[in-house]
Amino acid sequence: MLLVLLVVVVLNFLMLHLAPGDIADTIAQTMGGADEQDMAELRKQYGLDQPFFIQLFNYVVRVALLDFGHSHFYNLPVFDLIMERFPATLLLVFSAQILSLFVGILLGVYAAQNPNGLSSLFVNMFSLFGYAAPVFWTGILLLIAFSLHIPIFPVSGMRDITIESGNFFVHFFDVLRHLFLPMITLASIFFAYYSRLCRASMLEVLGADFVRTAKAKGLSKKDVLLKHALKNSLSPVITFAGLSFSAVVSGAILVETVYSWPGLGTLAFNSIISRDTPVLLGILIFSTLMVTVGNLLTDLTLKALDPRIKI
Amino acid sequence: MLENEEIEEPTIKPVKEIFQTFFKSYSAVTGLIILIGIAVMGFIGPIFYPTDPFDMVWMPFSPPGADGFLLGTDYLGRDILSQIINGARVSIAIGFSAALVSCFIGVGIGSFAGFYGGWVEETLMRITEFFQVLPTLLFAMVIVALFGSSVLSITLAIGAVSWASVARITRSEFLRIKELDFVLASRSSGSNNMALIFKVILPNAAAPIIVQSALLVGAAITFEAGLAFLGLSDPNVISWGQVIGSNRVYILDATYTVTFPGVAIFITVLAISLVGDGLNDALNPKLRSR
Repeated sequence: MLLVLLVVVVLNFLMLHLAPGDIADTIAQTMGGADEQDMAELRKQYGLDQPFFIQLFNYVVRVALLDFGHSHFYNLPVFDLIMERFPATLLLVFSAQILSLFVGILLGVYAAQNPNGLSSLFVNMFSLFGYAAPVFWTGILLLIAFSLHIPIFPVSGMRDITIESGNFFVHFFDVLRHLFLPMITLASIFFAYYSRLCRASMLEVLGADFVRTAKAKGLSKKDVLLKHALKNSLSPVITFAGLSFSAVVSGAILVETVYSWPGLGTLAFNSIISRDTPVLLGILIFSTLMVTVGNLLTDLTLKALDPRIKI
Repeated sequence: MLENEEIEEPTIKPVKEIFQTFFKSYSAVTGLIILIGIAVMGFIGPIFYPTDPFDMVWMPFSPPGADGFLLGTDYLGRDILSQIINGARVSIAIGFSAALVSCFIGVGIGSFAGFYGGWVEETLMRITEFFQVLPTLLFAMVIVALFGSSVLSITLAIGAVSWASVARITRSEFLRIKELDFVLASRSSGSNNMALIFKVILPNAAAPIIVQSALLVGAAITFEAGLAFLGLSDPNVISWGQVIGSNRVYILDATYTVTFPGVAIFITVLAISLVGDGLNDALNPKLRSR
C-alpha cells in the first residue's frame, strides 16, 4: 500500500519534470517576463538547479511530511485545501459504493431465482444502460428531472446555508437530502454491474451440491437462499467491487462537478480551470490513498466472508 | 452448470463460422449497423451538412425544430446538429485509437508476464495492479492538464491508463496456452521465444483480447466525453462531451442542449457494447452462458 503511494508520488514528480515549462516559467509569465539571470535565480530558489535525483528525493520527502505545495489560486497550502474537501468525497464514494452493493446484491439474488424472467431481463438491460450512459449525463438528467421540473431535491451543494441552528438530526437530514441525487447517480453505474455479477454467481451456487443438501434437509427456501447460497456467491461480487473502487472515485469526480458537491472532484475541476497543478497532483495522491484503503476494506470483507482466504 | 460439461470446443473457430455466429445475432448486427452509421455520419456527414460547428449561425437557445435547426442552437447560437455530426468523428477516432494504444500496452505487458513467469511476471503484474488502483480519470486529467489538451495527448492519456484489464486477460490466456502441446511442438522445432509469443501463442489467445478491446472502445468514448465535460478537450475540434460541459450551466433554459449529445454518446457506446457481446458469442462459445 505504501509502495503504491510512493509510486504515485514518483510518477507525479516525473510528470511535473517532463511537462513543458516549470514553476519558474509560470512565475515569469505572471510577472510579465524575466531575463536569464532572474530565471536562474528563481530556479535556484525552487531547487530546480539541483540534480534530478536530489529533486526527486526532496519532492518525496516533502510529500511524506504532508507538504503538497501551495495553491496559487486559493493562496492556501494544498494539504489544508484537500483536507477541507476530503470528507465530502469520502461520504459520497462510500455511500454510493455501499448502496450499489446492497441494491445490486438484492436484485441479483432476486433475478437468480428466475433466470429467464422479467427481473433478469431488467438486470441485463440496466447493466447495458450503466455501461453506455456517461455518468455526468445521467447526473444532469436526474438533476433536470428531480431538481428543476419536480423540485424535490436541492440543485447543488452539500448543506443548506439557511439552516444555521438545529440539532444533529436537522443537519443530518439536510446533508442526506443533498446527498441523495449524487449518490444515486454514482451508484447507478455500479449497481448494474454488481447485480449482473451477483445473478451469475448465485445461479452457479444454486446448482451446487451443498444447496441441494440444504434443501433436502428441509430448510425453508429463505434459509437456503440467504444463509447458504448467498454467502457463498458473494465473493466474486465483493472482489469486483474492490476492483471498481478506482472507477467509483473517477465517477465521483464527474458527479461532484455536476452537483457542485464540495469534494475533491469540484476542487479538481476548479484547479483545471485555474491551472492549479499542485492541487491536481495532491488530489491524485489523496484519491489513490482512498482507493487503496477501499481495497484493504474489500480484502477484510472477503476474509470475513470466507475464512479460507489469507491476506 | 450444464454448459461446462459440454465437449470442449477448440478456441479458434474457422473464420467463416465466426462470421456466421456473429451475423446470426440480431443485437450484434444492429449494433454494427448503428456503429457504421455513426462513423459514416462523422466522416462523410460534414460534406452533406456543411454548417461549421463553431460558427454562430443563429440566435442562442433556439429550440429544436424551430427556425430550421433540427436540434436547435446552443448558448452561443451554434448549430447542435452540426456539433453532433462533427463530434462523432472525434469520439470514434479517439475511442478506437485509445483502445488500440491500451491494447498494445496491455498485450505487450500481459504476454511477457504470462510467457516468462518468475520475476518478470511479478514485476509486470505489480505495475498492472498499480494501474488498477490508480483513479484513472484523475491520472488522465493530470496528464492532459500538464501536457496540453490536443487530440493526440488525450488519446495517449486514455490509452495509457486503461490497459490493465487487457494485460490481465492476456496473461491468464498465456499462462493457460503456454503449457499446451502445440507450443512444446513449436519450441522443439526450433522457434525462439519471440516467435512463440507473437506467432504461436498470441493468435490462440486473441479471442478474449479482441472482446475486451471492443469493450475498451466504448469505455474510451465515455472516458473522452468525461474529460471533455471537465473542459479537457482539444479546443480546435468539437466533441460531444465538450458540448454537454459547456452547455451545462444553461440547462434551466435549454434542456435539449445537453440531452442530444448525451443521447449520441449513449447510442454509440450501446452499439459498441452490442457488437462486443456479439463478438464474445462468436469467438468464445464456451463463455456464452455468462
